[in-house]
Amino acid sequence: MKVRVDMTMCEDHGQCAIAAPDVFRMNDESKLEYDPNPDDSLLAEVEEAADVCPAQAIFIED
Amino acid sequence: MRPQVVVVGASLAGLRAAEQLRAQGYAGDLTIVGAEKHKPYNRPPLSKEALSGHGPDVTVEALSASLAFRPKSSIADVRWQLGSPAVSSDLAEGLLSLANGQVLAFDALVVATGLRPRRLLGDTPTRGRHVVRTVDDAVSLRAALVPAVRAVVVGGGFIGCEVASTLTSLGARVTVVEPLPVPMLRGVGAELGAALRAHHEHTGLQVITGQGVSRLIGATEDAEQVAAVVLDDGTELAADLVIESIGSHPNTEWLQGNGLDLTDGVLCDNQLRVEGRAEIVAAGDIARFPNPRFDDIARRVEHWNMPGETAKRAAVTLADHLSGHATTTDPFTPLPAFWSDQFGLRLQSFGSPGLADTAVVEHGALDDLDGGLVMAYLRKDRLVGAVLVNVPASEYRRYRDAVAPLPLAV
Repeated sequence: MKVRVDMTMCEDHGQCAIAAPDVFRMNDESKLEYDPNPDDSLLAEVEEAADVCPAQAIFIED
Repeated sequence: MRPQVVVVGASLAGLRAAEQLRAQGYAGDLTIVGAEKHKPYNRPPLSKEALSGHGPDVTVEALSASLAFRPKSSIADVRWQLGSPAVSSDLAEGLLSLANGQVLAFDALVVATGLRPRRLLGDTPTRGRHVVRTVDDAVSLRAALVPAVRAVVVGGGFIGCEVASTLTSLGARVTVVEPLPVPMLRGVGAELGAALRAHHEHTGLQVITGQGVSRLIGATEDAEQVAAVVLDDGTELAADLVIESIGSHPNTEWLQGNGLDLTDGVLCDNQLRVEGRAEIVAAGDIARFPNPRFDDIARRVEHWNMPGETAKRAAVTLADHLSGHATTTDPFTPLPAFWSDQFGLRLQSFGSPGLADTAVVEHGALDDLDGGLVMAYLRKDRLVGAVLVNVPASEYRRYRDAVAPLPLAV
């Protein structure tokens, strides 16, 4: 699947990195890094990350 | 006939419940009933960037569009019944009545009607008084924010403090009035509440604690326009605007007459089944359910992650009922979480600090919140919550994981 985070919406809440640690990570500057092409087996956790994003900044495109 | 599920509440909880019903394989009809005319939208920004990020002429349509959740494609066929609240129900007959006179028949129901703000007593004055729950509320408040406006925020909880912060940033002169000894007492405890007060006062906010509001006074030339707030001790505070953030009422009136326990929300079991009703579940702020993570006492939890979590579990429970197949019997043990942005600080909470008997500074200093602070909340020596203030988000997972382990009893 393809994952896109709208970085103009992202507010660095870090909730995605808790919900889907295989795909999203807060780096040492507490800025988001993510894998834009995660394996389809990770869909459930990516959907959870998108759901719990306080800024609703995560887009999943299949 | 195709089964009919009606979701009452076009909220985050209602949306996630509908989506999860589809994810569980429910293929019957789905209707979502909403009191507001808007599709589900994200409420937390209403006290923050939805006010500060728009000009005074922002419209309800523009704001609701900018905050709207993106429904999953699985519910593209849902019937939206918006702009008219449910007013009564006959659960035995499976009938729901809306304010516009429509009657909907249902086989199963998701209760997600949420909360409405409590209001100060007194019908007058009528103008200059605001609450912040809906986009319409936020648009009305934004339009009233002119530079140097004098605002009194009644209620020093999270929403009150966030609104105070946002109004201050927009040039208002703000006073917060809180009846308890410190702001946000139930959310963060006395020590951190006092520290947050000191921090906020340092930025110019006026905070009055231990005082409630006894009445509002209208302007001499126009009694309907608020002019001052009178505190319990008789002090008068001049006010062009009064923001009432004194808590909420669960919207349960439409369920009356069905023999349900509607004391402070809707009483549910641990699977979000409304007590005594296999075909009715509840989700979101309105659902009062026991969380064995903490104990067996049923509570409502108004934290941001709870609508999503309760909705998903409620939908699993309901889909299992409709299909006749049990997919899970695990206890439902969500970890509450929320954040708050106020006066340059970001707070992140995990767990239930409000249940604690002791608060301990784990990291940092209460007199330097900007520098980062971690408070640990203990109940009978067990960690039940943590509040992080200005802690890098890269550290969140570590503290969440510390709070997350379940007690052995579960």
